[in-house]
Amino acid sequence: MLTIDQEIHDAIVAHARRDHPDEACGVVAGPEGSDRAERFIPMVNAAGSPTFYEFDSTELFQLYKEMDARDEEPVVVYHSHTATEAYPSRTDIDLASEPNAHYVLVSTRELFDEDGGNIDGPVEFRSYRIIDGVVTEEEVTITTGEKSTP
Amino acid sequence: MAIEVRIPTILRTYTDGAKAVEAAGGTLSELIDDLEGNHPGIKDRLVEDKSGSIDLRRFVNVYINDEDVRFIGGLEAELSDGDQVVVLPAVAGG
Repeated sequence: MLTIDQEIHDAIVAHARRDHPDEACGVVAGPEGSDRAERFIPMVNAAGSPTFYEFDSTELFQLYKEMDARDEEPVVVYHSHTATEAYPSRTDIDLASEPNAHYVLVSTRELFDEDGGNIDGPVEFRSYRIIDGVVTEEEVTITTGEKSTP
Repeated sequence: MAIEVRIPTILRTYTDGAKAVEAAGGTLSELIDDLEGNHPGIKDRLVEDKSGSIDLRRFVNVYINDEDVRFIGGLEAELSDGDQVVVLPAVAGG
């Protein structure tokens, strides 16, 4: 199961919306081994494409160097699909290389009409594990970040 | 000649879970052969045959002291004692 704060969820959706019709991508880092998605890091899609995403190799290096220095790992790796459902594509599955990460897919296909006009449809936000070519969808729990009173 | 090689999570099955290993070589190509000697199977995850010649896989990034090797000679990039090599799979998809 992926547990994610409302604020980070909304930031991912906003990024996907902003980059539409190109795919948006990024990570949410958290302390190594904690499974806590805490630090939202939007990345540039170096492919600048509606059907492909790729982190720029230099930015990828900086990102991992920084996470390493902070004892973090990518808890979430997210990207958007802009014309298809929020389900991992064949390429997503082949290239998935973080067995500990939650792969979040956001689909913006219902948010815009053909001319790019905002039609404010529902946004799909789904999460998967992708390990050795096997995709397993998981539940997403969104938390508000407010502390519960005893 | 000792060169530290940082191994990404997905390839740590070849290094008994180690995040970093030591290897030797005057070029990246030699370093990868040396790695293969101690961690059989890892070479095939890093390079592939491209029309007769061996090259880095398209979705594998290798850095020598912070520089993407694609900009400094690829597999022929030179290494010296104390260099740090980092392997990172591309974060990419469709």
